[in-house]
Amino acid sequence: MHILVVEDDPTVRNFVAKGLKEAGHLVELTDNGKDGLFMAVSEKFDLIILDRMLPGGIDGVRLLETIRAQNNTTPVLLLSALADVDDRVQGLKAGGDDYVTKPFAFSELLARVEALGRRGRTEAAPQTKLEVADLEIDLLSRTVRRAGQKIDLQPREFRLLEYLTRHAGQVVTRTMLLEGVWDYHFDPQTNVIDVHVSRLRQKVDKPFGTPLIHTIRNAGYMLRAE
Amino acid sequence: MPTGFPRAMPRPSRWRAWRSASLRFSLAYGMMFALSSILFMSFMWWGTIGFLERQVETAINADAHALAERWMMGGLPTLALTIEDRLEQNLDDDAIYLVIDPQGNYLTGNVSGWPAKVQYTDRWYSLPDTRAGLRGMAELHAYRLPGTAQSHTAGQLDSGYRLLVGRDVRARGILRHLLTDSLLWAWVMVTLLAVSGAVLVHGIFRRMVKTVARTTSAIAHGDLSRRMPLVGNGDEMDQVAEAINEMLDRIVRLMDGVRQVSNSIAHDLRTPIARARTQLEDAALHATTDEELREAIERAVGNLDNVTAVFEALLRIAQIEAGARRSAFMTFDLVPVLRDVADLYEAVAEDHDIALALDLPESLIFHGDRSLIQQAVANMLDNAIKFSPPGGTVHLRAQVRELAPGRIVGPSGEGMLDLCVSDEGIGMSEADMERATERFFRAEKARNTPGSGLGLSMVRAIVQLHGGRMHLSAHNPGLTVSLALPIAACAISGMEEDFPSPLHISGMTERSPFSHQHDMNSSVK
Repeated sequence: MHILVVEDDPTVRNFVAKGLKEAGHLVELTDNGKDGLFMAVSEKFDLIILDRMLPGGIDGVRLLETIRAQNNTTPVLLLSALADVDDRVQGLKAGGDDYVTKPFAFSELLARVEALGRRGRTEAAPQTKLEVADLEIDLLSRTVRRAGQKIDLQPREFRLLEYLTRHAGQVVTRTMLLEGVWDYHFDPQTNVIDVHVSRLRQKVDKPFGTPLIHTIRNAGYMLRAE
Repeated sequence: MPTGFPRAMPRPSRWRAWRSASLRFSLAYGMMFALSSILFMSFMWWGTIGFLERQVETAINADAHALAERWMMGGLPTLALTIEDRLEQNLDDDAIYLVIDPQGNYLTGNVSGWPAKVQYTDRWYSLPDTRAGLRGMAELHAYRLPGTAQSHTAGQLDSGYRLLVGRDVRARGILRHLLTDSLLWAWVMVTLLAVSGAVLVHGIFRRMVKTVARTTSAIAHGDLSRRMPLVGNGDEMDQVAEAINEMLDRIVRLMDGVRQVSNSIAHDLRTPIARARTQLEDAALHATTDEELREAIERAVGNLDNVTAVFEALLRIAQIEAGARRSAFMTFDLVPVLRDVADLYEAVAEDHDIALALDLPESLIFHGDRSLIQQAVANMLDNAIKFSPPGGTVHLRAQVRELAPGRIVGPSGEGMLDLCVSDEGIGMSEADMERATERFFRAEKARNTPGSGLGLSMVRAIVQLHGGRMHLSAHNPGLTVSLALPIAACAISGMEEDFPSPLHISGMTERSPFSHQHDMNSSVK
């Protein structure tokens, strides 16, 4: 992906850039809002990572509102130390697609970057069926089959599997699952997500020998064909 | 300005007194009182004296008319007879009559000679007279007796027979003096009363304001324990004092919060930071392989993540306690929200071989912050599961409290919701229960379980934001955390639509919140 990073803190900027390049993305950097706006409107990016508090007279939200006013629909991930619920809401209202608060784990940022990049490509056509290897999910009848065999799932397990399958081949963090499947925006102290995933594995992976749901160390989970 | 002095210099004390609002108020009050009493008394004076004057004039006129008629009927003899009669019947001895002929000779009456000042018939005369040795005043009027004058100009006395009728008004003068004196005295008394009333009001006012000023200035100088004294009669001043006291309580709570947070940061955040630092330093000095170095760094990052999580929780609690989040309040059905949280934790409970039992009504309309309530219940369940032994049961109950038999709506239209979570774990001592909501507090027995010690602090903050109370009690074995949350009137009205039958409501609220459950509405196993 072609990614623009607008971030004034050089440590964070270089850290993000290094990590994204390692993950195979093409990264362009700038440290102020004015240049960021110029680059965002003059070049075509797949994703913009945007700090909120920027020097140069144009802050992140202002930049975002400006490009949205020009019908620029490039996905924007806001990266900010402003962690209040109100700040988050303000950022998303201005047209942000996702919000990551500092300090952050790079794995979390990368997972969200890839999810946003994927969304830009797949959201065009609504799907009725998801398939990964021998796993089939029918979104209309809400049934799951693996190797032709029907698997009984509870509604929440179904949504968890659906979320993982929609992001097949990508790392999905625990926070993303909590937000995407449970719509919770706080950090439960216990690793509740791990328990739910392990129960899902009991039904989806265990009877079939080859696992589809993989644990990614220090990051989260990934559903992929081996 | 050439000098650097601020303009608002205190003025000399002569002026300071005038700047006192209470003095101005009471002076204005006294002045109003004195002025209105002057007005009232002048009116009384003019009314009484004027009436007496008019009465004398009417009597004289009537007398003169009657005498003129006698004159017409029988001439001078009849007139003289009538006057003598009248003088005899005049018990007060205040009547004055005189009849003279055209030459000015005395004919009849009780006055010896025509007063020189009386020249006209169209006006009243007030002349001094002496009667029975007493000096007095007489009100006089002159009349021409009809049929005797050949020609005359209007109002001018001429050469005809003339009649003088009058009244001695000494009594009226005395009365006027008396009235004037008593009214003046009354005014002086009223003014004195008004002034002393004003002084009294000024004093009361100043004392009240002074208490407020003294208390607030004591607080401004750092003595936050001071409170406004209450009289206890619930008047306006008491209400103001109560409001100020409430405000002070809140300030104290906020200050305590700030102090606690800074203490917590000093003590409890230092530990993981120190640990991370040690790990990094140790790795930098002693790690021999890349693998070791990487592991040490990862452990340090984990510790720092913990610091971040604790920090975020602290900020969130502080934010909730400051009451800044009421904007997110809305009316929603609590039951699906509770089921969702239970669903999230049910898997964890099962993992620990703990049963999670729910006792929820069909629907519970509530007004509040959905996400915060979620978090509060999540924290309570998290705690309960953490401290439950394998094989135990965690109960989650919610019900509308019955305020009176068969009634769920209070007098002002609000209701009460009981929400409790109980476990069968190690429980808590009485002393620990009191401290349980302090930030970072962890009971001695709980030291070796994971957690930050912020869970219940956050629950309490959330409950307080919703105007409710949190209560911990023993569950034998275990602990019950119960929340009493007020249900706003708007939510109650919605609920009554959901429960049209009162039977349903009483059935729903029959159980005591703390009794053991045998009749679960639903049970997740």
